[in-house]
Amino acid sequence: MRRTLPLAICLIMGIVMMVQFFVPHPISVGFYDLTTKWIRIVSAFALVLGVGSLILYHIDRLQRKRPGWAYSIVTLIALVGTAITGLGWGVKPGAPLQEIIFKNILVPLNASMFAILAFYMASAAYRAFRARTKEAALLLIAAFLVMLGMVPVGAAIWGKLPDVAEWILSVPNMAAKRAILFGVALGAIATSLKVILGIERGWLGGGK
Amino acid sequence: MGVITLLLTLVLNQASPPVILARDTPDDAGKSITIRWQLTGEEVPEGLILERGDTTGCFQVLGVLSSTETGFVDEDVCDGVGYYYRLGAVFGADTVWSEPTPLVKSAPQWFNRARLNILIAMLVFFALVIYFIEHAKAGRYLFIRRIAGLDAVDEAVGRATEMGKPIVYVPGLGSVADIATIASLNIMGEVAKKTAQYDSALLVPNRDPIVYTVAREVVKEAYTRAGRPDAFRPDNIFYVTSEQFAYAAAVDGLMVREKPATNFFLGTFWAESLILAETGATTGAIQIAGTDSVFQLPFFITACDYTLIGEELYAASAYLSREPLLLGSLKGQDFGKLLILVVIVLSSILLLLSRISGLQFLSAIIKFFNVS
Repeated sequence: MRRTLPLAICLIMGIVMMVQFFVPHPISVGFYDLTTKWIRIVSAFALVLGVGSLILYHIDRLQRKRPGWAYSIVTLIALVGTAITGLGWGVKPGAPLQEIIFKNILVPLNASMFAILAFYMASAAYRAFRARTKEAALLLIAAFLVMLGMVPVGAAIWGKLPDVAEWILSVPNMAAKRAILFGVALGAIATSLKVILGIERGWLGGGK
Repeated sequence: MGVITLLLTLVLNQASPPVILARDTPDDAGKSITIRWQLTGEEVPEGLILERGDTTGCFQVLGVLSSTETGFVDEDVCDGVGYYYRLGAVFGADTVWSEPTPLVKSAPQWFNRARLNILIAMLVFFALVIYFIEHAKAGRYLFIRRIAGLDAVDEAVGRATEMGKPIVYVPGLGSVADIATIASLNIMGEVAKKTAQYDSALLVPNRDPIVYTVAREVVKEAYTRAGRPDAFRPDNIFYVTSEQFAYAAAVDGLMVREKPATNFFLGTFWAESLILAETGATTGAIQIAGTDSVFQLPFFITACDYTLIGEELYAASAYLSREPLLLGSLKGQDFGKLLILVVIVLSSILLLLSRISGLQFLSAIIKFFNVS
């Protein structure tokens, strides 16, 4: 029963949602909207479990004095502080949650993390462009031409360089991307079919 | 003679009324009527006035339009109520009105005919997958090409055991509604079974609360199936945050502190993919990544030891478990790709032929493959 019920729900809902895609009638659209709301409700309940897991995980780290345990204090203070600010002063624009926590803490921290991506790109590019093999050499040449073609100095060196860069991006690059996307689309459909028919049970922990 | 010429001049110069057609918008949820028109006279009007009338015969202006417009979709209608439409072509102070359209009513449809091609393609693909699953059930051998990233899973888990270090499994940042996340959870079950057998620690930081609950159950079941329910540690599968970069920072911190022997990045990833993979690479871990996002694949290929490209992510569960039923579906996928290839080649030939005079009708066949 513990397995049969989820599999039955998956089969019924999978078929219903597949049919829904082909039916534009308001009943069908209404059902789709309703299930979207269900997902939000389930997410809200799951979030409670998630926050519970977060608290237990960091309390355990503190108790066992694991490496970096001090960061767990920061996490727990941030969690409690944000909850108190949100519950006490609301979440509307102008409230401390928006002005202090969101605008002055969260946004700059997110921007900082995003900014370090540039440095990671430089180090990754260095590793990728070491021409150790034929493929890596080809990648290096293609990347060099594209980068040069995208900046004004490229056009100054040779007028056709931007066209070459554009060709690399829109022909061989696009062809490879589309080939991957065909495989992804078919793979996604096949995986969905396997899950709906109960052939793929990995999401239930596997087994018969 | 002079009078006849004058009359002919007057008749020829008279602006012709537009021809207007109105019909229920096809393949929609109702509450919509599509109006199309054609201007018949040689003289171009200064503007157009579209009016809607009801059964009482009273017309109201629906819109003042440019003379270049050829259609209008009226979405301010009620289903089952009859409407008339007429179009006025404005020539200076004069307006030449078309005949009102016949009574037209909007209604919702039960089938979107524009998606008929998708339905046919889907049924053909389903038939292929089910055929090969049945083929596999019959016990026939199915050749599956080698996927280096998946062959390395055993080695990666074994390495973690030898080094006495944990394995970090990141199931992506997508929700459980993403197929890539479901594929990742399927692989997680197989990896967890191996970590249970090898007695390695498996750390699973989660970004989505639903994925977290499912991941915990998947790992728990895998440990039970491996006969090691006692080795399962629920604390090792934990929720971090739903913020993208905060999650990336937390996983980076985890990798730097724990120095895992192996990192798995499988699922949906966005801009944080390189941040995670590069940090993992600096810790010296073996890294196996896989995603269906073509924009993140180059980052993973650069920074990870093995990368599952696109569909390989979906094939991983079948490849690792070697269950005939799952392997059969992989063959179905391959034949689906072959079918797409045939359609692309045939469509290209038809498109070229449709340019030849007398063969324009072929373009109608190509239109059938348009997706809406």
